Amino acid sequence: MAAPMSGVGKPSVTSFQKKTRSKLISIAGTRPSVQNGQLLVSTGVTSLDYLLGGGLAVGTVLLIEEDRYDSYSRMILKYFLAEGVVCRHELFVAAAQDNPDDILQELPAPILDDIAIHKPAEQPRLSSEPQESLDAMKIAWRYQNLPKVQSALASSCRFGHYYDVSKTMEPEIRQAAKFHRFYVPEHPTQSSPTHSTMPESYSALLKSLQEVIHREGFDLAAPMSNSRNILRIGLHSLGSALWGDDLCCHDNPKNGHSLTTFLYGLRALLRSSLSVAVVTVPSHLIQDRALMGSITRLCDNAIALESFKGSERETNPLYKDYHGLLYVRQIPHLNCLASKLPDHKDLAFKLKRKQFTIERLHLPPDLSETVSRVSRGELSGAAAVASACGSVTSGNKHLDF
Amino acid sequence: MFTELNSILNASPDTITQGEFILISDRKSDASFLIHHFLTFYLKARCRVCFLGLVQSFNHYHAVSQRLGVSLLQAKEKGQLVFLEGLSESLSVLSPRETNTGSHLGRGGEAMDFLRDPAIGLKSLYEFVRSSLSSSDGAEEWGPPVLLVDDLSVLLSLGVSVGAVLDFSHYCRVTVCSQLKGNVAMLARCDGEEEEDDGDDEGSERLLKGLTHQCSLTLHVQGLPTGYCRDIHGQVEVCWRRRRQCEGKYTQKKLFQYKVHDKGASFFAPGTSSAVL
Repeated sequence: MAAPMSGVGKPSVTSFQKKTRSKLISIAGTRPSVQNGQLLVSTGVTSLDYLLGGGLAVGTVLLIEEDRYDSYSRMILKYFLAEGVVCRHELFVAAAQDNPDDILQELPAPILDDIAIHKPAEQPRLSSEPQESLDAMKIAWRYQNLPKVQSALASSCRFGHYYDVSKTMEPEIRQAAKFHRFYVPEHPTQSSPTHSTMPESYSALLKSLQEVIHREGFDLAAPMSNSRNILRIGLHSLGSALWGDDLCCHDNPKNGHSLTTFLYGLRALLRSSLSVAVVTVPSHLIQDRALMGSITRLCDNAIALESFKGSERETNPLYKDYHGLLYVRQIPHLNCLASKLPDHKDLAFKLKRKQFTIERLHLPPDLSETVSRVSRGELSGAAAVASACGSVTSGNKHLDF
Repeated sequence: MFTELNSILNASPDTITQGEFILISDRKSDASFLIHHFLTFYLKARCRVCFLGLVQSFNHYHAVSQRLGVSLLQAKEKGQLVFLEGLSESLSVLSPRETNTGSHLGRGGEAMDFLRDPAIGLKSLYEFVRSSLSSSDGAEEWGPPVLLVDDLSVLLSLGVSVGAVLDFSHYCRVTVCSQLKGNVAMLARCDGEEEEDDGDDEGSERLLKGLTHQCSLTLHVQGLPTGYCRDIHGQVEVCWRRRRQCEGKYTQKKLFQYKVHDKGASFFAPGTSSAVL
């Protein structure tokens, strides 16, 4: 696809020129990366976009290692699909446990009071909104049209959107998006004519993906037309027992390479089409760390979530501002030698009503009389009394005057 | 190619040693920048190169090589480079479309035949290598043949056994290094700690040990033992084995730290990074 350049040795050809070389097609909801000119889409979570270097590159896979109860990884998957609906991309959802239609019903509602976004489908609903918001700013009316300032890690907010997780997406918005599904119980295992290396569910999924990509014209080999679109693929809980795979059940699985073969085929499909995939894997069930390493290497981006729910950290006042920890396992270097790793490795996330924030983990200031941070005697008393306010010492009797 | 690495290895595009088997390995790190170095180095040295790019698309290698000063498209057109793009050939094998059942797979598709049944081994892949490097049409204008593989560990992930991969590397070494007097460079990646031997990462550890025994030069890439640093991406240990000329010193090791930039990588002695001094 890349036209050969005449040579890097010439002083006139600079890397700045390469980035503005416009072979990039303009598709709604995408933007070129400032680092290497890749086409990026938003994951739906602006903090995650910032961690991944501006967004998720088209043609790559994001692997999410699920937290113990699959609550936050599922949330990120829903953000990803909701972003696809809002940007009018096509969706492909595959799941073994829940019906993909149910996953779609639970998508969070987008927050549409940002006037910079134009969405003709929602025009009738927005007609009442500007009146209210204009009325809301009588004094600082010059700030009306500016995008909202984000204090957490974020890039420009016109690229990504924000969602309200307390409400589900309106059916009209949801039905405007084209949606393909793959539900494992609907594809019963039939005896394949050739001996296959993968369980039938994986090979059926790969075949279904290939067919959708080819039929809907996401192939890069297809003739370029003006209206290209992106296919967002969400694969839920690959590797779990419901997919017919015994990775999570045995220490030495019989076909331990079935998931990795599938991921290899998925990478081959994605590199040759305009699509992005988010895959969640229950890594806490896989005992073999080396297998997890080879799964990570076959995906491009990889993050792992560890939630505090149900662990003893949930009640630890040190972590009470956060819902869990986030680890960045891998960032790819696509079409370039070096990848941009995040500066800090200690990241924590918090799911608020209107935002999923990922921040550098910082401990609250220790205002108690004792010097050591882990003095549980007084702090646990304070935690029992304090509600959701910020100060650790709200119930500390030593500072009561 | 990276000029600092050339001076470390005492190699230059004008004079290359023949019959070398170079093993690039990494542990919990990413050594693929070294493969780009060797690819551009041997193309600049006017060697005939067979490159098995199993993990990334052709455009990725092409984009990186352009930054290092070599055009893979031109090399392919001139016949200097034979490129096997594993990803695109694998699709026709992994999920054959119904229209293709009777048609003939291309040379690349046959080379990736092991995806259909990993138990049959890598014989067809070896045949592909042998036929690309020993064909003599127009071979007079190019130098000695070179085989580059990126990477071998993905073959383990696809179900091929360690023994089959070691057989493949041995056959390639015999053909390319001894018979055709060329060079071989392979990348093998490893994920576990070296000390643990409870059978977790048995496959890639055994592969690494077997390949280390066969090779004449290893470059082992690791993260820094003291932790993550933004300015120093890791350390490289270069180890020369079986030097034929000096019988006294059989193996020689050197340790460097490196940092990968947009257009290359810089290597320096430990502790002399520009961020520190």
